[in-house]
Amino acid sequence: MGLKIIVLAKQVPDTRNVGKDAMKADGTVNRAALAAIFNPEDLNALEQALRLKDKYKDSTVTLLTMGPGRAADIIREGLFRGADNGFLLTDRAFAGSDTLATSYALACAIRKIADYDLIIAGRQAIDGDTAQVGPQVAEKLHLPQVTYAEEVLKVEKGKITIKRRLERGVETVETPLPSVITVNSSAPPCRPRAAKLLMKYKHALTISERHAKAEDYIDLSADRPYLNIQEWSVNDVETDAKWLGLSGSPTKVKSIENVVFQAKEAKVLTTSDADVEGLVKELMANHTIG
Amino acid sequence: MANFFTDNPDLLFHLQHPLMKKIVALKERDFADKDKFDYAPLDFEDAMDSYEKVLEIVGEICGDIVAPNAEGVDAAGPQIVNNEVVYAPGTQENLDALVKAGLMGITLPRKYEGLNFPIVPYIMAADIVSRADAGFVNIWGLQDCAETINEFADEDQKARFLPRISNGETAAMDLTEPDAGSDLQAVQLKATLNEKDGKWYLNGVKRFITNGDGHVSLVLARSEEGTSDGRGLSMFIYDRNHKAVTIRRIENKMGIKGSPTCELVFKNAPAELVGDRKLGLIKYVMALMNGARLGIGAQSVGLSEAAYREAVAYADERKQFGKAIVQFPAVYEMLANMKAKLDASRTLLYETSRYVDVYKTYMHIAEERSLTKEERADMKYYQRLADFFTPLLKGMTSEYCNQLAYDSLQIHGGSGFMKDYPIERIYRDARITTIYEGTTQLQVVAAIRGVTTGAYLARIREFEEMFIKPELHGFRRILIGMTEEYEKAVKQVVEIKDNEYLDFHARRLVEMAGHIIMGYLLLLDTERDDRFRSSTEVYLRYGRAENKARAAYIAEFSIDDLGFFKP
Repeated sequence: MGLKIIVLAKQVPDTRNVGKDAMKADGTVNRAALAAIFNPEDLNALEQALRLKDKYKDSTVTLLTMGPGRAADIIREGLFRGADNGFLLTDRAFAGSDTLATSYALACAIRKIADYDLIIAGRQAIDGDTAQVGPQVAEKLHLPQVTYAEEVLKVEKGKITIKRRLERGVETVETPLPSVITVNSSAPPCRPRAAKLLMKYKHALTISERHAKAEDYIDLSADRPYLNIQEWSVNDVETDAKWLGLSGSPTKVKSIENVVFQAKEAKVLTTSDADVEGLVKELMANHTIG
Repeated sequence: MANFFTDNPDLLFHLQHPLMKKIVALKERDFADKDKFDYAPLDFEDAMDSYEKVLEIVGEICGDIVAPNAEGVDAAGPQIVNNEVVYAPGTQENLDALVKAGLMGITLPRKYEGLNFPIVPYIMAADIVSRADAGFVNIWGLQDCAETINEFADEDQKARFLPRISNGETAAMDLTEPDAGSDLQAVQLKATLNEKDGKWYLNGVKRFITNGDGHVSLVLARSEEGTSDGRGLSMFIYDRNHKAVTIRRIENKMGIKGSPTCELVFKNAPAELVGDRKLGLIKYVMALMNGARLGIGAQSVGLSEAAYREAVAYADERKQFGKAIVQFPAVYEMLANMKAKLDASRTLLYETSRYVDVYKTYMHIAEERSLTKEERADMKYYQRLADFFTPLLKGMTSEYCNQLAYDSLQIHGGSGFMKDYPIERIYRDARITTIYEGTTQLQVVAAIRGVTTGAYLARIREFEEMFIKPELHGFRRILIGMTEEYEKAVKQVVEIKDNEYLDFHARRLVEMAGHIIMGYLLLLDTERDDRFRSSTEVYLRYGRAENKARAAYIAEFSIDDLGFFKP
C-alpha cells in the first residue's frame, strides 16, 4: 500500500538568530540580513512523511512550496532528505499573500496535483507564527484535519492514527484519508541530508533557474527528468484572481512598532524580603505582571 | 546550528589544493561512472563541489549532534548487555545520524555502494568528527577496515562485506593481545583450518580492541602451527552474526570513554581468510596500520582544533587584573604557538593524505589494467613519500595535540582542572593519540629511515625549488639554514656507524626534519593564502629554536656518553 503524501513547506527568514539589523527602519523584516531557511516545523512534518515512506512501500513524498524563485532551495533540501519531487508555486500574483490568500493558492495547487492521500505541514512558520495555513488548506479542500500532531502511529484501511501533543497531555486520534495533519516541533527532528541524494539532486533546478545559468552550464535535465523542479505560475493553476495576493488578503498591517529595550543598566537585588517585595511591586506597577 | 566545516575556512583551503585535480582524475578514472550512477560527478568541478557539500553535511551533524553529545557520552560510556556492546545513547544518536546521511563507506567504490571519495575529503571528515568528539571518531573511522578488505580480499568477499559497511555496519581491527602490543609478531590467537568443512576457526584472546563488537572484524591470527614470528600470521574476517565471540570486559579508560575498548574471547569462531596465508602481518596489517595512522593524524588535528578554540574562547572571556587574559604576553604567546602547531599539523595531514591518495588509486587502477611506465614511476614516487610521511605525521601531530591540550588547560587555570569545561575531556582524550596505532617511539623507528635514506632531505630540496613570491624569500632563507644544520646533525650521528647511537638520537633527527617539512608546507600555504603568514612566522621561530637545541645536543654528544643513560 503506497501513500501519496504532499508536504507543505515554507522558506522563512531565520528569526531564531536575530541581530540588531534584523528589522529595517520602516519596521519590515530585513530579509537580506537573515538567512533563508526551511521552516523548522515543516522539517518535522517532512520527517513524518519520510517515515511513512520508509514504512509503507511505494509511498511518495511531494513537496509543495510557495515563494520567490529562491524558494526552490526548499524543494532541493527536501529531495536531499528523501522526498521524490516537488512543486514551486511562484508568481508576482501571489506576492503579499496573508494566510488566507496563501492557503487559497496552495489549495488550488493541491487540486491540480489531484492524486494524494495525505497532506502534512508544520504547525506554523517562524516568521508569522499564525498556525493558520494548514487548517485553512484543510477547510478549502473540505478535508478532515489533525493539528498538533507529534507522531503518525499507523495507516490502515484508509484510516490514519495520530498522536497529538497538547498542552496538558497527549491524545490519540483516528481520521479517514485523505486528510491534513500539522506537526509540532516536539515531533522527531528531520533526518540529515543524505550524501548520495545530495549528489544526485544538487543539479535539480526550476526552469527559471536553468535560464539564469551561464552559457557553458551543462544541462542534464533532458536525460534525467528528476532534475526538473516543477515551477507553477498563476497561469498553471486554476485560480480566481480576486482571492490571490494582496487583493485576497484581508489582513492589513496597521502599524509596526520596533521593540526598543529602554533600560540598559542592571539592578542588583539581594534575597531580602524587602528587595523581593519591592521588585514585585515595581513589576505590578509597570504592568509586567498582574 | 553550528557547522564545523563551514566555520573553519582552513578546511576548504586544504580541500582545494592544486594536486586535487590529479587525484580526482585518477580516482574517477576520467569520470567513467557518470552514466552508471546518478550520484557520480561529471567533471572535476562537479566532484569538488560534491566533496564540499558532503563535508557541509558532516560539519552540520558534528556541530548540531556529535559535539553537544560529547559530554554525556564521556560520562555514560558503553556497557555490555547480554554479551553485546551497547553504546552510550549519544554515541548511538551520532552513529544513526552519520549512517542516515550515508557517510559510512566514504572511500569505497560505487559498485560497493560507497561514495568513491578520495582519502583527502574522508580524512577531512575525520578531522571534523574528531573536533566534535575524539572518542566517537574511533567507531566511525573504523570504516578504514573496509579499505583493507577492498585492497586484499577476493571479489566474493568484497561483494558480501563492503556494501554492509557502506550501509552503516561498523568494523573493528583485532590485532593486540595481552602479550602482543607493540610487538605484533608475538600474536598467538589460533586459526585452525577444519579439514572436514574447509573452514577456518579462531580460538584465543584479543585485548584493547576498539569497537570489539563491530559487525565486521579483521583479525590477525596464527594460522601456521609451530611458528613463532610474523611470518606465521594471517588475516581473517570475522562476522558478528556468528555470535562466537565473548566480550569479557570493556576497559575503564582515562579518555575517549565513549569508544568501547574490549577484551574478546574467540571460541571456535568461524572466520574467512583474507588474501594469502602468512601475509597477515607483513603485508595486510602494515597497510591497515598505515591507514589507521593517517586516521590518528586526523584525530590529533581535530583535537588540536578543539583545544585551540577552547583556549581562545576562555582567554578572550576571562578577565584578571582588569583585562582579558589574552592581553598578557604569557598567554598570547601560548595561543600563537598553539595556532602555529595546529596549522603545521593540519598542513602535514593533508599533504600526507594526498600522497596516499595518489599511490593507492594507482594501485586500484593496476587491478583493472596495467600501468604505463610513467604511471608506475609516479606511483612509486608517491608511495615512498606516503611511507615516510605517515609515521612523521602520526608522531608529530599526536605529540602536538597533547601539547595543545596541555597549554589550553593551562590557560583555563583552575577552571580547566574541573569538569565544568570541555578542555578537561579533550585533555584526557588527547592522551591516547601518542600511544595507540604505534607509540611515538615506534613512529620514530619507521621515520628514522626517512632520515638515513635521505628521503626527507630529497623532499625538502623539492620544496626549496618550488616557486615562492619574493616577499616570502626570507622564510625560505631560514628554512635553508635549518636544512644545513639538519644535514650536519644527521652526518654527525650517522658517521659513528652505530645502531644504538642512531636509535638514541633518532627522535631528535626525525623532529628536526619534521620542523623543516612543516615549515615549508606552511610557507607554501602562505604562498596560496596570506592568512597563514603569521603561523609561518611563529612556527619558524619555534622550529628554528627547537632544531638549534637538538643540533647542539647532538654536537656535544659522543658515543661514550650513552653510558650515563643506560640502565
